[in-house]
Amino acid sequence: MSEQFDVIVVGAGPAGNAAAYTAAKAGMKVLQIERGESPGSKNVQGAILYSDALEKIIPDFRDDAPLERHLIEQRMWMLDDDSYVGSTYRSQAFNSPPYNRYTIIRAQFDRWFSKRVQDVGALTICETTVLGLHMDGDRVVGVKTDRVGGSVYADAVILADGVNSLLAKKAGFHAELQPRDVALAVKEIHFMPDTTIESRFNVGPQEGVAIEMAGKITQGMVGTGFLYTNAESLTIGVGCLLSDLRAQKITPHQLIENMKEHPAIRPLLEGGEMKEYCAHLIPEGGYNAIPTISGAGWLMVGDAGMFVNSVHREGSNLAMTTGRIAAETLIELRAAGQDFTAANLARYRSKLDDSFVMKDLKKYRGMPGFLEKNPQFFTQYPELINRAAHTMLLVDGADKKTKERDIRQHFIRKRSRRGLIGDAFKFWRAFE
Amino acid sequence: MNKVEEKLFQNRYRVDAGRPHIQIANADVCQIKCESKPCVVCCPASCYTKEGDGQVTLITDGCLECGTCRVVCSEHRNVLWEYPRGGYGILFKFG
Repeated sequence: MSEQFDVIVVGAGPAGNAAAYTAAKAGMKVLQIERGESPGSKNVQGAILYSDALEKIIPDFRDDAPLERHLIEQRMWMLDDDSYVGSTYRSQAFNSPPYNRYTIIRAQFDRWFSKRVQDVGALTICETTVLGLHMDGDRVVGVKTDRVGGSVYADAVILADGVNSLLAKKAGFHAELQPRDVALAVKEIHFMPDTTIESRFNVGPQEGVAIEMAGKITQGMVGTGFLYTNAESLTIGVGCLLSDLRAQKITPHQLIENMKEHPAIRPLLEGGEMKEYCAHLIPEGGYNAIPTISGAGWLMVGDAGMFVNSVHREGSNLAMTTGRIAAETLIELRAAGQDFTAANLARYRSKLDDSFVMKDLKKYRGMPGFLEKNPQFFTQYPELINRAAHTMLLVDGADKKTKERDIRQHFIRKRSRRGLIGDAFKFWRAFE
Repeated sequence: MNKVEEKLFQNRYRVDAGRPHIQIANADVCQIKCESKPCVVCCPASCYTKEGDGQVTLITDGCLECGTCRVVCSEHRNVLWEYPRGGYGILFKFG
């Protein structure tokens, strides 16, 4: 394996596949290395696929990609112990092709994507772990794998090795993750007949629902939960900042068990057969946590570069977009006869700055700090809002004016007048 | 399904027998210096157990390869964490 390649891509998730596909399609000699038995076997996601990012890479992906259901309805629930206040958006606009988003099962989807990568000429080898980078001075020139004689060389290496990115840490490109910059999410998949899902969620064949949740299910921690409909299964998960999880002393396993017992959630899962339990870290540090993402002979894409928009629950689209743009940067430099120096590869960052990836991350750069300092949005407010709904909706002979006063006083008692105004301002600023 | 072992039983693994991919660097640090033992609480597969004498034991067979134990050990940096050899470890059926 001492061949020379144009590009080595480490990892076969959405970012690595997008990069390998784009580079190989443009005629570059691409080697992709994946540690799993097959692409996807190490990968975990909720999972929702946003069509736009994939369309820009494979316009006809709908023809044969394994898609579960297109989402026509999105619910947001704010939960208290045994209630929730929610909002729902359902639209025929989301039910008309080309569909905007789908639920997917990553093990199947990643295998499909990898097949397409190989169809355009990339060489993908699985069951191979990359142990480190080969350097020539400060330039990356190849990778060392755990195969016998397993060193391979390339003009550029794209690090698509996921949130942990041991490669970047070993090479000193990225400091160790901080507990406040990542969330741990645990997830289960429950199988049931498609007709059960359709009647339970009030949708037709191939139509799906996504429920995003916040409030008591994270037991005071900064985090969210979700429940997505697949073709014949539901995925349910909950994730919290690792710094909070460490402080609260609740096991992730117990957290998801408690969530499944919530009276609004339990009936949705009723009768399902649990077939897998997964866990995954999610980069939540946002704009300020993004490390240096390129240097001499290397580029970093996807979760490895911390590209996740946690506010909008977007990650795989940022992964595919950063993967594509990294490859496009190499293609353009090659066409112009320019070397993959640190200065030339810095063009990758400026391209990202001009794209939705950095624009969105920048917009919400204050969010991680805001949430860390204002846990009341995950604790007191869900409780107050649920109590307000209960007070207003309960018909018990008390007049409405008295009920309003009771709600107002309860809010003031919990947060103070000043606190309420401050919270409203901070909330607005964080989303500004 | 109240035990994490029952959940892990649903998963598919190819265990690299005798070659754990995660190791505790120095057992004394866990036993004596680390009071909170965050790995025991935070590991989603409960790979870490606190023993009666304060020692922490680690069995990586059920590991989901998330990286949590390494990241929460920020105070002592006592977790030696590598990926399993290619093809070994958790093999997600669905992910």
